[in-house]
Amino acid sequence: MKIAVCAKVAPDTTTPRIQPAADGSGIDTSGIKFAVSPYDVFAATLGVELVEKKVAASVHLFTVGDEGDVATLRSGALALGCEDLTLIGDDAAKAADALGASKALAAAIGKDDGITLVLTGKQAIDGDSVQVPGMLAEFLGWPLVSMVSSFETDGTTFTAVRNVGGGVQETVQGNLPAVITCDKGLVQPRYAKLPQIMKAKKKAVHTPSLGDLGLSADDVAPKASHTAYGEPPPRPPGRVLDGGDLSSTLDQLVTALRDEAKVL
Amino acid sequence: MSILVLAEQEHGTFKKTAAELLAKATELAGSLGTTVDAVVLGTGADAASLGAYGAARAFVVDGDFSSYDGDTAVAALAAAVDAASPSVVLAPASYLAKDAIPRLAARLGTGQGSECTDLRVDGGAVVGRRPVYAGKVLCDVTVSGTPAIFTVRANSFGQPEAGSGAAEVVQVSFDAPAPRLTVVKRETPEQDAVDLTEADRIVSGGRSLKSAENFDAIIRPLAKALGATAGASRAAVDAGYAPHEEQVGQTGKTVNPSLYIACGISGAIQHLAGMRTSKVIVAINTDPEAPIFEHATYGVVADLFDVCPQLTTKLGALDS
Ligand SMILES: Cc1cc2nc3c(=O)[nH]c(=O)nc-3n(C[C@H](O)[C@H](O)[C@H](O)COP(=O)(O)OP(=O)(O)OC[C@H]3O[C@@H](n4cnc5c(N)ncnc54)[C@H](O)[C@@H]3O)c2cc1C
Ligand SMILES: Nc1ncnc2c1ncn2[C@@H]1O[C@H](COP(=O)(O)O)[C@@H](O)[C@H]1O
Repeated sequence: MKIAVCAKVAPDTTTPRIQPAADGSGIDTSGIKFAVSPYDVFAATLGVELVEKKVAASVHLFTVGDEGDVATLRSGALALGCEDLTLIGDDAAKAADALGASKALAAAIGKDDGITLVLTGKQAIDGDSVQVPGMLAEFLGWPLVSMVSSFETDGTTFTAVRNVGGGVQETVQGNLPAVITCDKGLVQPRYAKLPQIMKAKKKAVHTPSLGDLGLSADDVAPKASHTAYGEPPPRPPGRVLDGGDLSSTLDQLVTALRDEAKVL
Repeated sequence: MSILVLAEQEHGTFKKTAAELLAKATELAGSLGTTVDAVVLGTGADAASLGAYGAARAFVVDGDFSSYDGDTAVAALAAAVDAASPSVVLAPASYLAKDAIPRLAARLGTGQGSECTDLRVDGGAVVGRRPVYAGKVLCDVTVSGTPAIFTVRANSFGQPEAGSGAAEVVQVSFDAPAPRLTVVKRETPEQDAVDLTEADRIVSGGRSLKSAENFDAIIRPLAKALGATAGASRAAVDAGYAPHEEQVGQTGKTVNPSLYIACGISGAIQHLAGMRTSKVIVAINTDPEAPIFEHATYGVVADLFDVCPQLTTKLGALDS
């Protein structure tokens, strides 16, 4: 069995400030450090672990994105021990929404019938959309297990623990093929060391066009569009309470919560 | 061409998001000149009662929804969409929505706007406003496919008053797909608290709690006194003071309560990413320079080991 990992490049989580572009068409990317979206690092780590355990033969990375993402994906994901990277980066693909991107990913993954397990992040930390894995599963016709915090497979069947909300955890079993979305707790995410990064410089990057995947620009034309990017409204200024002694301060707090903020 | 709202139920009781979304849909439908319908998965709940929040019809899909199965949910929702032929679908941003709604969108060949915190009508269409980049930026989302699908974060609009109407109940049948996944075990947490992502009140503790025992003795009683759900910073989770599922932040849960009390939490950017949309933020911290104070509605500069027990007592006294 082979594994596909879908990974996306997004602003690093430590970026203190993200600002909308002046024309509101997106964000101002100047000065932002980019990295592989953290949950996708979980996915790549799990894939590589399954190869090390000899359950899987190889891990193949897939991304819909920009030529400029390749360097980040090489050091942040390929270097962990993935085999190669497929970049779908036509202009039409770059402009696609989650639906179009999923269609392109499904077409690319579907070309290799040895792939029976797709690992994704539970969400990409740019748009925080949680759409691509479900849409991809639907286009592939495979079952989806979302928010997985533990995963085992023998290459034919799998057992996964999913976080279904409210602290409830369900253990589910099924047969491959399947799409799994990776949540916290699944693996200890790995970060590549310099020799691995050097080695990854030589790994193959395939760049099929949409046409090569049997798709047209129309097939991936966006149905959802994101516009009018802007700053969140400023929070009303807060205040530090001080009633002299702690008990009076806390009385002020309770009164403020009840009568002013009306949340009690 | 109505607005179809997914009214989620659990053991025969509708979740709070059902009334919240129906009331918002009713407002939007007024501007669009259309009506509101609800879809209910399973027969256990009183579907007609959704009329009290503006649903004209309630499409009840008859099937076994006792445990969650994505294939079943998608097929059932597709059948309801077929029966109701809505122009807009609204769903809460719950686990079901995260798992099944994108699959529904792909099956219907339409687009989705995720995790909206506001909805309005503009130019004859519904426009969602939503946080992206962990809430550091907001944007509008519109959907050109039919139906236009939006998921909405809990507590975005507040709870409406119930009116008096009753919805016309329409039974929908569907072909339940053969199961591909089997749930072999289900573990529920001991404390039966509301899920963090749906909680209206949250009390969170950080590294400064110093132990799991302190977390249980200081944070949980305060949460209980408030009817709140407990949350934690990553530092507290990594140190083993609280379980993973209680982590709030970039790599934890994104929450949207009306009240968030941060006890001994510094306010790191990754923590803020998970809770910055909270309506009222209270910060309790010994360090007046802690970044959390820049985001707090009310700040108390004091030791949480003194503050929390006293506050728990004062809140307890309030109820009686
Ligand atoms: C990729 C990445 C992802 C991350 N994801 C998350 C995430 O999802 N969630 C998250 O929370 N963090 C996350 N972090 C970690 C984050 O950067 C911070 O390290 C973490 O939030 C700090 O937790 P804390 O506020 O509990 O601890 P600290 O930063 O150590 O703050 C402790 C605070 O408690 C105060 N204090 C100490 N004693 C007392 C007392 N007795 N009474 C009152 N106040 C007291 C101190 O003044 C201080 O402000 C992430 C980091 C990275 C790099
Ligand atoms: N453009 C993309 N290329 C490859 N994988 C993606 C892309 N967008 C999303 N994904 C995958 O889908 C997951 C969820 O993303 P999202 O639906 O955007 O929240 C991510 O963690 C990735 O694994």
